[in-house]
Amino acid sequence: MITLDELLRPFEFEFFRNGLVVATVAGALCGLIGVYVVLRSMSYIGHGLSHAIFGGFAVSALAGVNVFLGAGVWGLASALAVSSVTRRRPIGSDAAIGVITTASFAFGLAVLQLGGGADIDADAALFGNVLGVTRGDVWVVSGVTLFAVAVIVLRYRSLLFVTFDPEVAEASGVRVARVDALLMLVLAASILATMNVMGVTLIAAALVVPAVVARMVTSSFSTMLWLSALIGAVCGFIGMNLSYHLDVASGPTIVLVGGLFFLVALAATGIRGRTRLAGVHAH
Amino acid sequence: MTPLLTLEGVSAGYGDGDVISDIDLQIDRGDFVGIVGPSGSGKSTLLRLLLGSVPASSGRFDRFGGTRLGYVPQVEQIDWDFPVTVAQCVLMSRVRGRIVPWASRSEKADVARVLDRLGIGDLAGRHIRALSGGQQQRVFLARAMLSEPDLLLLDEPTSGVDVRTRHEILHLLGELHEGGLGIVLTTHDLNGIAAHLPRLVCLNKRVIGAGAPHEVLVPEVLEATYGSPMEVLEHGGMRVVVDVPSEAQVIQLRDRSA
Repeated sequence: MITLDELLRPFEFEFFRNGLVVATVAGALCGLIGVYVVLRSMSYIGHGLSHAIFGGFAVSALAGVNVFLGAGVWGLASALAVSSVTRRRPIGSDAAIGVITTASFAFGLAVLQLGGGADIDADAALFGNVLGVTRGDVWVVSGVTLFAVAVIVLRYRSLLFVTFDPEVAEASGVRVARVDALLMLVLAASILATMNVMGVTLIAAALVVPAVVARMVTSSFSTMLWLSALIGAVCGFIGMNLSYHLDVASGPTIVLVGGLFFLVALAATGIRGRTRLAGVHAH
Repeated sequence: MTPLLTLEGVSAGYGDGDVISDIDLQIDRGDFVGIVGPSGSGKSTLLRLLLGSVPASSGRFDRFGGTRLGYVPQVEQIDWDFPVTVAQCVLMSRVRGRIVPWASRSEKADVARVLDRLGIGDLAGRHIRALSGGQQQRVFLARAMLSEPDLLLLDEPTSGVDVRTRHEILHLLGELHEGGLGIVLTTHDLNGIAAHLPRLVCLNKRVIGAGAPHEVLVPEVLEATYGSPMEVLEHGGMRVVVDVPSEAQVIQLRDRSA
């Protein structure tokens, strides 16, 4: 049986306090953005974008360039490549995402092995690591969260309209392409900011699971937004504590706590919850 | 009559060539127009052209005096599982003017007024799936009405609904038209909807005929529009269109049933 002293001991370490703040805020951020990802059936884009960014992480880490900058530019280039391939050739966006983003991910792995990146902690980028979280990450994730909240509050109505009914939104004067681009920018920034704590392989789950659980519980969009952010934050907080005590990477523990929330919601809401999920597609 | 929209020799499509071509049409204030034609004839494209979401590739399209448009999409296009209540859905059309997410007191009053006018004032807090077909159509009418349009555009408003709901929707549109609202709708239902409207446009890539039902619901125009012969009967002062199957089709069906 674990004692209270043992539970509180990690709080003595600065790296853990930083990690806990980042995991909790990052969980809330992913939960918030995840609502739009889930309702717009963009789960696969989130999954692909996070994998694509790993290629940029590897190249910029080896080249000694700022990882956020390098991975961000790489992620943007991957998104543009997906868009270009889909537009010019008879290839569905899911297939284009599958090819381009996994190729970018594989490229990152190969570059790290060939480039002698032994001192680069690839596991931390892949699966998240509490030890890899710095005070700088706290500032980055807090800044991106403030940016995301500002975008969602100031563009709440147009984001909702475009998510629900893009054609009528366009006809009503909403610049749908601009709103879509803004959402992609927030999504990419969120993935970059949470990469260290969630790991690129598990960010997609952190985006999707809280929103899916919230959708099972409520039929109101505004309630779904704050509930999903709250679930994400709680998953981050509990997951990070578990990560320390179980000595497991933080990404898996955070996602597994989310999975537990999903099972509880499934059992508690029964058929009603599953019916609400009928309109939520995998991608 | 005051023109709201005019099209002169307009062609439009989606990039792979024009879907509709050389369209001449004028919509006046207070008009009630039905656009009829077979599947793929360009009815929805024409409606989207009027709405401004599909650009004209050639010809001249004018929207006069800041004409405000309201659009009601096909119910099949709606994601009924989306987490919005009736009031949240209606409020979407107030996308401009207020940057904070929550509705102002006057916006709430406007939503309540338009829902009451359409007879669904008691359903504001319900999820959109928890409504009957007629109520669902009224929600999207309410969303379009909230922007106080001069002209309402409806894409197949009776598609996939039962006879009772169809009557309900037609009656409601009649009331709105009597209140001065201009209406343009597309429909494939010649007898249930089109025959009841004051003005029809028969479309098959281009305008085949336009006018009152007694002028365009005639065998020559219908055959040119639908590509197969049709008969027109009179019943209780209304035009009733019936298919005239070819002899070969009848023989084939007889053989199958035998």
